[in-house]
Amino acid sequence: MAIIKTENLSHIYSEGTPFVKTAIDNINLEIEEGEMVGVIGHTGSGKSTLIQHFNGLLQPTSGKIYIDGEDMWADKAKLRDIRFKVGLVFQYPEYQLFEETCYKDIAFGPKNMGLSEEEVDKRVREAAAFVNLSEEQLMKSPFELSGGQKRRVAIAGVLAMKPKVLILDEPTAGLDPKGRDRILGQIKEYHQEEGNTVLIVSHSMEDVAKFAKKVLVMNRSKVFMYDTVDAVFARAKEIAEIGLAVPQITQIFAELKKRGYDVNPNVYTIEAAKAELIRLLEEGGDIRA
Amino acid sequence: MSDFIEARGISFSYAMDDDPNPIRVFEDLDLKIKEGEMVAILGHNGSGKSTLAKHFNAILMPDEGMITVNGMDTRNGDLLYDIRQEVGMVFQNPDNQIVATVVEEDVAFGLENIGVPPAEIRTRVDDALERVGISEYKAHAPHRLSGGQKQRVAIAGIIAMRPRCIVLDEPTAMLDPAGRREVMKTILDLNKNHGITIVIITHYMDEAAQCDRVVVMDSGSILIDSTPEDVFSHVRMLKSVGLDVPQATEICYELNKAGYTMPTEVLSVKNCADELQKLIERTYAAKRKAAKLGSKNK
Repeated sequence: MAIIKTENLSHIYSEGTPFVKTAIDNINLEIEEGEMVGVIGHTGSGKSTLIQHFNGLLQPTSGKIYIDGEDMWADKAKLRDIRFKVGLVFQYPEYQLFEETCYKDIAFGPKNMGLSEEEVDKRVREAAAFVNLSEEQLMKSPFELSGGQKRRVAIAGVLAMKPKVLILDEPTAGLDPKGRDRILGQIKEYHQEEGNTVLIVSHSMEDVAKFAKKVLVMNRSKVFMYDTVDAVFARAKEIAEIGLAVPQITQIFAELKKRGYDVNPNVYTIEAAKAELIRLLEEGGDIRA
Repeated sequence: MSDFIEARGISFSYAMDDDPNPIRVFEDLDLKIKEGEMVAILGHNGSGKSTLAKHFNAILMPDEGMITVNGMDTRNGDLLYDIRQEVGMVFQNPDNQIVATVVEEDVAFGLENIGVPPAEIRTRVDDALERVGISEYKAHAPHRLSGGQKQRVAIAGIIAMRPRCIVLDEPTAMLDPAGRREVMKTILDLNKNHGITIVIITHYMDEAAQCDRVVVMDSGSILIDSTPEDVFSHVRMLKSVGLDVPQATEICYELNKAGYTMPTEVLSVKNCADELQKLIERTYAAKRKAAKLGSKNK
């Protein structure tokens, strides 16, 4: 069943003023439960506006949005419960930490859900374990930690609410490659263990190729593509045309294909590229000559 | 080319107020930046690269050793203004650097502070906006610009001061790919066509690959300092300090590991495709030769 479904969803900013702007335009989308989706699109494509609808931060100008089968805006009294189902981690979430200790900060969400003290404690510890925070770090002030550690605390705060859908807006922005791989690895692990739906907004096609099963490409306020990673990167040329960068290795393979070599151009990770090249080297070549 | 910035045996520690053990960032470090160079500094978070960059225009001063900018010792407080006019800095977050409510006023801010005559300010601001390609937005409010545009406004504010060197600390970290391309294009133009010395700190390997020279830092010391081709050929070393290499370099490295001979100094798509083509043709030619020999022997 679709965990997120939109019907003719549109959002217009500043309607009735000279700054009127249609941010998302007639979006019809179904995201199945348990998917791991990479969301890409250049700045201004509407991707942030779209994900802010998924947990009710923005109300559609027109159209509908269903979470887990329920019309989000049908009954405003229910909105709060629906929001608990969709956890949203903003860009640079480390700036939103405010509690005295990391423990208290992570506990803030679960406490607001009205969970018992034991349950809150259990969830804080589980979430902390997922993002590799030690017992000692939990008791520290968030402001004593490094940037990467702070970000993991902020992510743990959302994980502790055990949302059915977890949305992260550029969780690796500003991190070094090691910090980036660590956070993506932890999110992937969480996804595999909990079986929940995860959406990650990213500018890095290399990263999307590493973690996602499906890719949602936004362009000019509309869904440009929503398909498997293979199917999306197979259209590398169109993606490049809307100003997004495909992985360097995919570009190299496209170039080899152009030069007449019988390679599968749908290659976007080093592992796949290596296997494909070795196949070509071992199997190819006209040996009858 | 002469040395424009020279660090000799510099050490630096951050002293915490109530902590008797200061945090040592680097120790006895030497580095020279030549005039007109474009240098990338790589290193994982906490490797000391931003701290080092802040020494280049006397925001920080070394505890030991000395650093000179165009021959001026940064510890000499009387030279502070002169040093900062020679070396401008651009930081990661464009929103933290913009002070005015109109683009051209923001670019004029530094000039007003050093008492440049109004007519001269006008020329310099126009010139700076032109160079970063943002003239058409000169009367706009900065908050309505995109990240890449804002970062170029910040760069215009620096070049209006006519510095000989610009130090950029992760200028593209908060930008999308289009914004990153705009900013890198601007930086390359300033270096290649206007001779401005560039020091850029980055986590993006493709940006480092566009520089003349790459310096890799790890735990406060310089691990390697060479051309991008040479630096990125050390795939294993870079990975061990938490850095990446371009995919073009990595695939060559992986093929070498699998027993195929590939050059290690490959950075670009075209270069990599050329080398792969050579490898494929070489392998096929060898196969054909082997097949011919095989049929002769029969």
